[in-house]
Amino acid sequence: MASQEILAGLRRLLPPDCLLTDAEDTRPFECDGLTLIRQQPLAVALPHTREQLTQLLRFCHQHQVPVVPRGAGTGLAASALPHPQGVLLSMAKFDRILEMDARSRTAVVEPGVRNLAISEAARPHGLYYAPDPSSQIACSIGGNVAENSGGVHCLKYGLTLHNVLAVSALTAAGEEVRFGSGALDAPGLDLLALMIGSEGMLAVITEVTVRLVPLPRLARCIMASFADVEHAGNAVAALIAAGIIPAGLEMLDQQAARLVEPFVHAGYDLEAAAILLCESDGTPEEVEAEILAMHAVLAGAGATRLQVSASEAERQKFWAGRKNAFPAAGRAAPAYYCTDGTIPRRHIGRMLKAIQDMERRYGLACPNVFHAGDGNLHPLVLFDDGDPESVARAEAFGAEILEESLRLGGTITGEHGVGMEKLNQMCTQFERGTLDAFTGVKRAFDPAGILNPGKVIPTLHRCAEYGRMRVADGRVAHPELPRF
Amino acid sequence: MDALLAEWADRVRAASGRREPLCIRAGGSKHFYGNAPRGEIFDPRAWRGVESHEPSELVLTARAGTPLAEIESQLAARGQMLAFEPPHFGPEATLGGCIAAGLSGPRRAAAGYTYGSLRDAVLGARLLDGQGRLLRFGGTVIKNVAGYDVARLLAGSLGILGVLIDVSLKVLPLPAMERTLRFEMPERQALETLQQWGAQPLPLSASCWLERALWLRLSGAAPAVEAGVRALGGESIDTDAAGRFWREVREQQHAWFAGEAPLWRVSLPGAAEPLGLDAPQLIEWGGALRWLRGSMPAEQIRERARRLGGHATLFRGGDHHDVFTPLSAPLLAIHRRLKQEFDPAGIFNPGRMYAEL
Repeated sequence: MASQEILAGLRRLLPPDCLLTDAEDTRPFECDGLTLIRQQPLAVALPHTREQLTQLLRFCHQHQVPVVPRGAGTGLAASALPHPQGVLLSMAKFDRILEMDARSRTAVVEPGVRNLAISEAARPHGLYYAPDPSSQIACSIGGNVAENSGGVHCLKYGLTLHNVLAVSALTAAGEEVRFGSGALDAPGLDLLALMIGSEGMLAVITEVTVRLVPLPRLARCIMASFADVEHAGNAVAALIAAGIIPAGLEMLDQQAARLVEPFVHAGYDLEAAAILLCESDGTPEEVEAEILAMHAVLAGAGATRLQVSASEAERQKFWAGRKNAFPAAGRAAPAYYCTDGTIPRRHIGRMLKAIQDMERRYGLACPNVFHAGDGNLHPLVLFDDGDPESVARAEAFGAEILEESLRLGGTITGEHGVGMEKLNQMCTQFERGTLDAFTGVKRAFDPAGILNPGKVIPTLHRCAEYGRMRVADGRVAHPELPRF
Repeated sequence: MDALLAEWADRVRAASGRREPLCIRAGGSKHFYGNAPRGEIFDPRAWRGVESHEPSELVLTARAGTPLAEIESQLAARGQMLAFEPPHFGPEATLGGCIAAGLSGPRRAAAGYTYGSLRDAVLGARLLDGQGRLLRFGGTVIKNVAGYDVARLLAGSLGILGVLIDVSLKVLPLPAMERTLRFEMPERQALETLQQWGAQPLPLSASCWLERALWLRLSGAAPAVEAGVRALGGESIDTDAAGRFWREVREQQHAWFAGEAPLWRVSLPGAAEPLGLDAPQLIEWGGALRWLRGSMPAEQIRERARRLGGHATLFRGGDHHDVFTPLSAPLLAIHRRLKQEFDPAGIFNPGRMYAEL
């Protein structure tokens, strides 16, 4: 179907305030949080009723028009990058909390509800929604489900996956389906597990049932300095090996601490090679005992300075730097590029040393903050987005960190998703058979292939090209792997 | 590829070519579960052993034919556990059968702290599919969103998509302290009490109501457990008796499970009101799991479960047909296409989950 006919069809289905077709109106939707990759869609649809949404999907399905669902657009992997011949489907207007059930400790919300809004609505009942990505003020629960978002508390409280009981959705053909149930399981295959983290490729989310947990009575945080990144990495492993599951366990390297301190005045030890933030929450008795145990392990692991938050204000201050690392990076350089490879915790020190080596080779600075408790890295490669040569170096730097993550036995993405960004590295992480199986899963949900096509699963051709490029570049990360 | 796995791949391809069904069966401890199995027995127990366990990573990887008891004792020796506390249903239970059945034990419904379900703990898996392809999904790190989460899809898949080869699981430290309390109270009061306590930051790790008594387990750091015990009151059960009780409930060896009457597993939102069916009942998971004994018509139980927002499975006994709640038409269509993708000749455990698969 020609573009003009598609647009005419969309205009028949949606009122004028629910459809954007002029380039200047659709421009804000040309990228998500990863601004390096942009694409204008044919149109942006912003339906606000279920009927409009269903009609839109049926129309697109019938005419083979690609549909790219989008939440708040805070994603970092270009999962919601528009398709040039397709409809960018914004779910922003589905923003109601439909049920808040304190008795069963669940909430039923529309996909456009912001992550933090759920916890705010649950707070009067002494409950909250545990996964807390750093974008939680802005990001939507629909996007969280699409990406299986994490946050700083997921070591103890789990990812989106562990906190969502059910998802209602429309298939690409516009049929209503419900994955999971209000109970703790559902009959049949666990399709909910496939939906969570499916990056908008399997079905369009219309409702999410989340699990709420009791607010902890108290939280306290230890700030520990280390003279060497290896020591800090070993301290993380020692905590876990001691049977402690901290509520939060985050690391900042020296560069990151020096970057944020002038803005937040958190009192970070700027001489330390790395700082660990280690949090305990629960009942006052529990926290007191756990803080003592954590303190002993950190001291035993060679911490050079240890400070325990004495008040809620001080705890917030400790965290302020970690939470403001991204904005601080934004102020320190014209642009930053953040990836999220995940590695076994025991290799944290090795990884940081490898990144330091890459900083020299690429000529770019890279402060590191990360979810140390689950080995999830967030290197912030600082570059100049006005200089194409700097952009290319930043992208290559990010890609090499991902390849190194795989070499250490990890994964290319812990919580941001693959999107368009990490298609190449999917070729390294998975063999062709597994990639073909992913295509099979996609086909089972969306036989016509109209939902967010081209994301997550690289084509055979792309992998062959990537393999050749890496060989030509002379930095093949692992020559022992078969080339696809 | 390992010679044994290559041999299995050949066997699977040959069976697919002839469209001859295979019944994947290791120890047979869960042979009773699901619709009646059929096909030639495929015994994966030759592929066994723990491949890696790194306590500081909280991850264990083992071959699917490994005895579950071996895995649990190896973890316990390093102060760790499978947090979903899986039922074995016999000494022959293997990891593969445990994952394929997807069943979690008493600790599954712990409030606040995430012990989670069996599926929640799965991090990665290798699968031999119907085309003889050896496919690797997920990985060995706790956070991983590269590609669709097929490893977790395999949890509870009853072997209908292929033969599990290896599984990587998240494991957790053993709790420093556990205490069990017992309270005399009728069903409705027990359900309401469980909701109230569940909304508080108490270290609850299991609950079970039967024969007008509510049993409650608290697990965690000693100060938290002791404070919880003080706050809740009740009769304190000694450690041995408590251990025996939770094991017997998990393994369905408690006297309540004895006898031939069909056993129904009714999964509901925890806060759902009493089922109100005239049948003996045992309630777990803070009200979210209700076991029933009796020969009531399936339609009656399923309709009641559906109205309360859940579903019902004929777990043991009965005629071993249509044991699971039927799927909606669009969900069944997705199931059929998934089966087609992984097992195009339909050889793996045909009909075990649904007649159409």
